[in-house]
Amino acid sequence: MTLPELDAEALYQTLEAQVKQELTGMQRLAIVGIYSGGAWLAERLAQSLQIKEIGFLDVSFYRDDYAKRGLHADVKPSHIPFEIEGATILLVDDVLYTGRTTRAAINTLFDYGRPARIMLAALLDRGGRQLPVAADFVAKKIKLEANQSLILKKADDGRLTLTVDHA
Amino acid sequence: MHNPQLNKNGELQHLITIEGLPGAVVTRILDTASSFVGVGDRDVKKVPLMRGKSVFNLFFENSTRTRTTFEIAAKRLSADVINLNISASSASKGESLLDTIDNLAAMHADMFVVRHAQSGAPYLIAKHLIETGQSHVHVVNAGDGRHAHPTQGLLDMYTIRHYKKDFTNLTVAVVGDILHSRVARSDIHGLTTLGVPEVRAIGPRTLLPSGLEQMGVRVFTDMNEGLKGVDVIIMLRLQNERMTGALLPSAQEYFKSYGLTPERLALAKPDAIVMHPGPMNRGVEIDSAVADGAQAVILPQVTFGIAVRMAVMSMLAGT
Repeated sequence: MTLPELDAEALYQTLEAQVKQELTGMQRLAIVGIYSGGAWLAERLAQSLQIKEIGFLDVSFYRDDYAKRGLHADVKPSHIPFEIEGATILLVDDVLYTGRTTRAAINTLFDYGRPARIMLAALLDRGGRQLPVAADFVAKKIKLEANQSLILKKADDGRLTLTVDHA
Repeated sequence: MHNPQLNKNGELQHLITIEGLPGAVVTRILDTASSFVGVGDRDVKKVPLMRGKSVFNLFFENSTRTRTTFEIAAKRLSADVINLNISASSASKGESLLDTIDNLAAMHADMFVVRHAQSGAPYLIAKHLIETGQSHVHVVNAGDGRHAHPTQGLLDMYTIRHYKKDFTNLTVAVVGDILHSRVARSDIHGLTTLGVPEVRAIGPRTLLPSGLEQMGVRVFTDMNEGLKGVDVIIMLRLQNERMTGALLPSAQEYFKSYGLTPERLALAKPDAIVMHPGPMNRGVEIDSAVADGAQAVILPQVTFGIAVRMAVMSMLAGT
């Protein structure tokens, strides 16, 4: 089902406005998107804030469920084409949930160097945290059942949509 | 027939041979490897996937290079690596292969990387582990007799894909001692699995096995004829010990007929790449001018080999 109140494009605009207000003009700001949804958002944010330093992370090699679930089938190459050492990183994910993906992303980043600061932006915060993780920027907080999952999709024309799946 | 390398969910459990692997599994290994390539360029060249796992390198036959690349791959996955040069230990005291395996499994091994002069030894070990309820222990074949060297085959496929992008319009020539080469066999299976329309085998008649045509391979004994218009040339090492038998007259004679020289390379497509599994015999199967030339991708093969072995190990250990 598609919830009418989950208009991904409107949520993105909210998130972008928050980020712009806080981070415009910040020195050594870099944007890093977590595949796949976070990568699309990161690309848009980088363009709108005119940030040239943009990277993409696949956190599969750092996930804590490897022993249970094995290696994810669709691992993408991480790409960090700039110096992490001393940079301020805006980490971007589509949905913040347990915090485990964020933990894995932070660990991945640190293997590239020591950033000065890492911030987190997410389109949605659905609660249910299992680690002490909080977003610096979030467009909307919602409540979902554990058997529901949010899927961000990108159409050919670049428009984003959000759907809720039931397990 | 069920492929003993796959578990009931179709996931890779052991890697014994490329033969019979579904194309999707081979492609997934190559895709996963491409994500590992960048890890070698970072400050920290390790990922934590196999932290706490123990990988035993069991080399019943010597190979410094292959053992080293497996060791590096395992260490970059944060595994603990134990190197055992078995030819110098238990085997010489008369312990059977499977007794050795049971002893090492009792030390809580998670993975065996096996190199053995006998074709089928890694399969025997994998079968034994499955039958004795130890299927959480994985086996990677690092070369067995004349049978298979699947990680070399996979890293060759990775290299070809890296430079040529698409397999479905390629002509690939494998040149040299096909008869004794497990690399040639793994390459041919990999190439046909991935849809290469024309695979050629080039070599002297005494070093070409029968049955190549049944594998879908075009056979050439004239190297100049065989190299015409190819996109990829895979040179094989000529093993010196073959020279002593009746199979070949001499290294010089061999080079005259089957050595890859700049003149011969010019018969291939202008953008053809030259591969070699190493170690090379310069002046025997390959001219130095080619080995060090712009079309050679022999050193990138080594680098990709680590990423491919990381992909295989991390996929196995996660099942």
